[in-house]
Formats: sequence, structure tokens, C-alpha cells
Amino acid sequence: MSKVLIKGNEAVVRGALLAGCKNFFGYPITPASEIAEAAAYYFPLLGGTFLQAESEIGAINMVYGAASSPFRCMTASSSPGISLKMEGISYIAGAELPCVIIDIMRGGPGLGNIAPEQADYNQIVKGGGHGNYRLITLAPNSAQEMCDLTMLAFELSDKYRNPAVVLADGIIGQMMEPVEFPEPVQVIPERPWALKGSADSHNLVCSIELEPDRLEEHNRKLQEKYAGISRQEIRCETIHCEDAEHIFIGYGVVSRILHSVVESLRAEGIKAGLLRPITLFPFPAPQIEHFAASKKLRSFFVCELSAGQMVDDVRLAVNGRKPVHLHTRMGGNVPSVKEIVETFKASL
Amino acid sequence: MKSNILQKSDSFYDIFTRKGGTQLQSTHYCPGCGHGILHKLIAEAISDFGIQDRTVLISPVGCSVFAYYYFDVGNIQSAHGRAPAVATGYKRSNPDSIMISYQGDGDLAAIGANEILQAANRGEQMTVFFVNNAIYGMTGGQMAPTTLIGQKSTTTPRGRSAQNEGFPLRMSEIIATLEAPVYVERVMLTDTKNIARTRKAVRKALSIQIEKKGFSFVEVLSPCPTGWKMTPVNSKKWITDVLSRYFEPGLKKDVSEDRQPVIQMRPQPHFDQYHELLDIKSLSDELKDIALPEIRQVNDEIKIAGFGGQGVLSLGYALANIAMGHAYQVSWLPSYGPEMRGGTANCSVKISDLRVASPIIDNPHTLVAMNKPSLKRFENDVQPGGLILYDSGLIDTAPERKDVQVMGINATEEADALGSTKAANMIMLGAYVKLRGYLSKDYILKALPLIIKNKAFTELNEKAFKRGMELAKI
Ligand SMILES: Cc1ncc(C[n+]2csc(CCOP(=O)(O)OP(=O)(O)O)c2C)c(N)n1
Ligand code: SF4
Ligand SMILES: [Mg+2]
Repeated sequence: MSKVLIKGNEAVVRGALLAGCKNFFGYPITPASEIAEAAAYYFPLLGGTFLQAESEIGAINMVYGAASSPFRCMTASSSPGISLKMEGISYIAGAELPCVIIDIMRGGPGLGNIAPEQADYNQIVKGGGHGNYRLITLAPNSAQEMCDLTMLAFELSDKYRNPAVVLADGIIGQMMEPVEFPEPVQVIPERPWALKGSADSHNLVCSIELEPDRLEEHNRKLQEKYAGISRQEIRCETIHCEDAEHIFIGYGVVSRILHSVVESLRAEGIKAGLLRPITLFPFPAPQIEHFAASKKLRSFFVCELSAGQMVDDVRLAVNGRKPVHLHTRMGGNVPSVKEIVETFKASL
Repeated sequence: MKSNILQKSDSFYDIFTRKGGTQLQSTHYCPGCGHGILHKLIAEAISDFGIQDRTVLISPVGCSVFAYYYFDVGNIQSAHGRAPAVATGYKRSNPDSIMISYQGDGDLAAIGANEILQAANRGEQMTVFFVNNAIYGMTGGQMAPTTLIGQKSTTTPRGRSAQNEGFPLRMSEIIATLEAPVYVERVMLTDTKNIARTRKAVRKALSIQIEKKGFSFVEVLSPCPTGWKMTPVNSKKWITDVLSRYFEPGLKKDVSEDRQPVIQMRPQPHFDQYHELLDIKSLSDELKDIALPEIRQVNDEIKIAGFGGQGVLSLGYALANIAMGHAYQVSWLPSYGPEMRGGTANCSVKISDLRVASPIIDNPHTLVAMNKPSLKRFENDVQPGGLILYDSGLIDTAPERKDVQVMGINATEEADALGSTKAANMIMLGAYVKLRGYLSKDYILKALPLIIKNKAFTELNEKAFKRGMELAKI
């Protein structure tokens, strides 16, 4: 296998271009700037557009415009910039356009800091802007997945005509790992709804609907789409879960740390497992329910770089059947394996 | 031609089905409103220029939010103020299109002031029609950035005051000061003569875009009888007598004669070339002829730390690359976030025959300390039985740990002797490889120039690496 040692943020740009993305609009913000920088270099080489917008608001609205065209487009930012994009994202979701948004999360609230956090979970996974919409959310935990899930995000976003977000943290973006890059996608799906600038496509892209019944119908249709996504598109990884008495749940860099936690507990003879959501929306609730119903299982242990946001979804899935413990770090701090092991043992 | 002016053009739908309701042949605008007139002038120009099939019109937020009811072209309805950004996005993706950003004064000069300024300044290939009616029509007559001093609105019940709200913004004049815009003119929808002028301006602005010459901007003083609480007749008179005194009609900028068409040639590489263009080059493909040692059971967690500039990150990068070339699993993580305090740099490299779980190193098996603060900071973290490699030339107090293997390498001075301090990191690499023993020297000598591509260092790095191997006496 031929692999390249590459940073996650760089793998995103390669993945996007291999997925046939033609347009990148962004605004610098640490720790996502490297994505814009790599895009600025590579997009024009492949005949695409890179434009540094005037703001994240400008960038997401450029994405809205480009998403109405026959070609794939994307933007990348980090938490405060994502907050600014929310109105635009709501428009894109309302108008049912595909696009890919990369969020390399940093510490908040406010300006916070540039260190890794996972406190954008609610704003991304639950929608974030106004209105009843959802964002397909993919959570890579390696440089390889930064490439693969970016490519998948384009595929799913086209398939469902819905924005898809790659939700990562600064560590996954900064880390270098071997990545095997696939061959480029040569044909992207037809976009009959796009404005093509030709006589047969005087289409309309909009999210406005004054008539309450029709807007309700539109909302119901969106909800059906999200339900379909929830049935079809859940992805999660489980390690040592089959005989587990304790299942650790975390995504992104936390899942890597939890993997070490699980291995070290197994070495002590404790039956620990790891369940790692790869899709956050759709959330792997059925998988969690499956283990929650198991007689062997004694507890779930969630770890997040936030005050505890994903844990709400875990608790909904567990529905009181088993205890759900939570370990959190914030502000850019990342828990050590030892620290998690100790909190876990204290929870027993 | 004049008789045509207010007739329906091909670029208008015959029946406005998108509007819904029963009155499908009239617009939603109030009697005497300027929007409808301007729509017709634009539609007529689109048809006459034969650009209907490639025109995309952005409907803003404001009374013209429903422009797409009427224009039989591509339509995008955008968020408040963002039409120029949306137009930019579409145009950049599909450069043969004709973009019309149609905006009101609240949309363009208040909430969207940045978007219009930046699009104008970039010289986007688009045409902007700016309907200045000095009021927020859509939301019921609130103050606009163009509302005149003393003018009453629902949010300036005593009249706009300069002290509280500042002065009305003259957008055409502002846009005209920028380098990029090609054509900027202010016109008004009052009488036949001025409507004819407006028609001319609309056509000129569009033809500039058709010729790919750049950004054009037409500000249209437009009656809003409803917002102004005036009759249509008085509204026109108010524009002539009052509004146009502050917003002076006329040409503000026209460099269309001097500007050449801007045609961007975009490369269209074949898919076969993508990997090469994206610098996707695998070390193992390039070095596939070199025999590699058997994979061993390896689980090294290496912390490499020193001053910025000592090449600690590239030492880690080289090591991770080499190990990957030997088919080990690796991760490389630079100091990041709170770890970056104190001006020192460090990176964490994990090398294993198994999948790397956490890329974060809490307790390294190997510490490579290139300066004193780094040794101090990480010495106690090293696992018992681990290895500490330190620059004995720069660190005068040797590590105190007795439960680890400790080796001082005079890396910086040795590198100096070879020709450059910069090679100290490669001396450390040599020492590491020698002491750990699972990586092939021959492979590394071939791989180094491919990993550290600066040719000026190829020879030096090779010497330094070999010297490091010599210095690490077991
Ligand atoms: C983000 C946002 N803020 C506020 C509004 C409410 N709003 C709708 S139209 C409008 C003013 C439009 O005025 P103008 O651009 O002058 O257009 P006109 O109706 O006068 O043609 C406002 C404030 C909105 N839709 N979106
Ligand atoms: S409120 Fe004013 S701008 Fe809006 S439609 Fe009526 S007259 Fe025209
Ligand atoms: Mg107005």
C-alpha cells in the first residue's frame, strides 16, 4: 500500500479535490487556516476556484451561490467562524443544496482559545441556525478519515441535497499520519435542480415560503429526509464491545484516547469496549440501544472535550437502562489515559 | 423603442404562478412603486441582449424578495445583504453566467455593506442594481442607511438626526472611489426622461458584464409611496425636489472604454494527473527496490523537544516517515494548544507494529531533549526502562533518572563541525536509530533526501546521520 505521511488538515483538501470539489470559499481562523492555505494552493491547479472571502458570512453565502451551480463546493472554519455562518447554513439547508463544511473546533465560548475542544457538538449536530434542519455530521479520528470522510461528506451531501459537516478538532487536524489516497471521483451525480445557465434550467433556489401549509409541508418533507438519513447512514466503529461490561463512548481525538484506555483496562482484565460514533448525525442510537439492552453490560462511560453535549444523545439512547458516566475536559485540555482510567474506576 | 418600455418582455413570465393567489398577472408591488419599473427595464435588456438563458438573478431580502416571481431566468433568493457574496459564489463556479445582484438600501448599504464593498473591490464580474428608496419598505417603513436627515420613519419618529443616526450613505460615490469598478451611475425613476436614462444605465451595466469587463453598479432612486406615506405623484416629486438633492444623479465612474475583457483560463488536468498535482507521492513507491528488515514488535512513544529552530518537528517528521516506510504504524503530533507555552517546540511520535490508539504521549518511552528546559520538563515523564537522548553540549546538567537509559550526544557542536548547526537533529536521528536498532540504515540514507527535500542539506544530513550513529555507543 502506498501511503503518504500527511496532516489531517491537508488530507481534507486532497480528499475534497479527489471528490471533484471545484470551489473553496474560506476565511482564515486558527486552527482551520491550513485548510484554506492548502486549498489556495491546490484548487487553482486543478481548475477550481479558491477565494478568501471578506468574512465567514461572505464565505458561506458564496458557498450558497456556488452550491446552486452544477459543481461541488466547500468551506472550512473553526468554532467562532462557524457561529457566524449559521444563518447561511440554515438557508442552504432550507433550499436543500449540497455543500461540505469543515469545522475544526476550538475552545470557547467567545474568542476562547485555539486549543482543541468539542463544544460545537450542539451547534452542528442539532442544526445550529434557525429552523428545523439537520446537518449530516461526520467525525473523523485519523488523518485517513479526514480524507475519507471529506469525500463521503460530498457524496452524502449530494445524495440528500443537504449540507454535510466534517466535525474535527485541532488535534486531528494537526496530526500527521499515513494516508492512502483513492483515485479521483470522475463523475458526480446529476444535479437537475441546479441553475446551469441554460434554457432548460431556469430553476429557482430559495428557502422562502409564505404560505404556512406549504412551509409546514416543506418542513415535514425535510424531517422525512432526516429520518431516511437516520435509517440509512449511521456509521460507527466498535472495538471489544461484544463481551464488554463497560462501553466507552467518544468521537474524534477522544476516541483515540479511549482506545488506549480500553486496551489498558483489558490488560488488567477489565472487560472494556469502545463505541465510536463516526456519524454524529445520524447518531448511532440503535447501536447504543443494542448494548444498553445487553445483560452483560454494566455501564457506559462518555468522554467529551466539552461540558457534556453528546452525552445527551447517549442518555436518550440508553434511556435509563444502564448508568451513563461522563468525564469532561474543556478549555483545550485533553484528558490523559491515566486520568480517564482513574475516573472510570471511581465510577464503579 | 421607447414605446416598448413598459411592455412585458420574454424574460418575464407571462403569468406569475410562483406568486400564488388569484392575481397572477400583476406584481406584488404597491401602486407607484419603483421596483416594478426597474424590473421591466432589466427584463427588457436581458431579452434584447439574448442572455436570458445564462442570467442568474439574486433576489435580496426586502420588497424585491419575490423578484423571482417575475424573471424567467435562473433565480437565487439570498439572505439579507448577502446577494453580492451569493453572486460571487455562483459566478466563480460558472463564469459564463450573467449575475445580477438586485438589492435595496437596507440590504446593500446597512446589513450588506461589507459584502457589496468587497465584491466591488474585487471587481467581481456582476451587475448590481441598487434600489435606493430611502426607507425599509418591506418591514413597514423603518429608517434606512439612506434615509435623509429629518426624514420621518417608524424608527425615526422625530426625523433622522445626524447626532443619533449619522448621515445618509452615498453608496455610488463610495463605490466609485474604488479601483476595480468599471461603471457607477445614479439614476432616478421619476419621469419619462429619467426612466429612459435608467434604461440606458441598465443596458450599459449589463453590457459591461457581457463583455467581461468587470463590476458595474447602478443606483436607482426609486419611489416608495407606501413607506413615505405619499401619493405616487408626490413621491416622484419628492425624489426630484428633495431626495435627488442629496443623492445627486449622474455618472460617478466610467472606465469601460479603457478596460480589457478579463478572461480567466483554467487548467483542466486529466484525472490521471491529480495525484501528481496534489503532491501525493508515497515514499514506499519511490523506494520499493530497497530490502527492508522484518517488522518487529515495536511500541515506541517518542517525545522530541527543543527550541524552535532546532528542527525538532522535522526530526519527528523524518522519523515517522522512515518508520512508515518500514511498514510500521505511526503518528506525529506537534505541540499544540496549551502545550505551546514557553517558546519551546515539541512533537510526539508513535511507532508501533499495531494500530496506534492515542496519538498523545503522556509517558514517553524515548525522550530526545535538545535543550535544558525540554529535559527539565519531560525527564520525569519518561517510562521506567525508557531512553533519554540529550544534547550534552547544550545541557550542562545530565539527567538524574537512574531507572532509564541515558545518553548524552554532543549534537549541536558535532553538527557545527560538519558545517551547520541545523544538522543537530539528524545527528540525534542517527543516535536514535543506532540505539533502537529496528530501522535500516541503508533505507534511511536513501529515504532522507526524499523526506527532507531541500537539496542544500542532502549531503550534510547524510553525514550528520552517520555521525549520530557513530556517537551512540552502546
Ligand atoms: C438577518 C435579517 N435581519 C432583518 C430582516 C428583516 N428585514 C426584512 S426586509 C428588511 C429591510 C429591507 O429594506 P430594503 O433593503 O431597503 O428593501 P426595500 O424593502 O426598501 O426594497 C429587513 C430589515 C431579515 N429578513 N433578515
Ligand atoms: S413598500 Fe415601498 S418598496 Fe415596497 S412595494 Fe410598496 S412601494 Fe414598493
Ligand atoms: Mg429600501
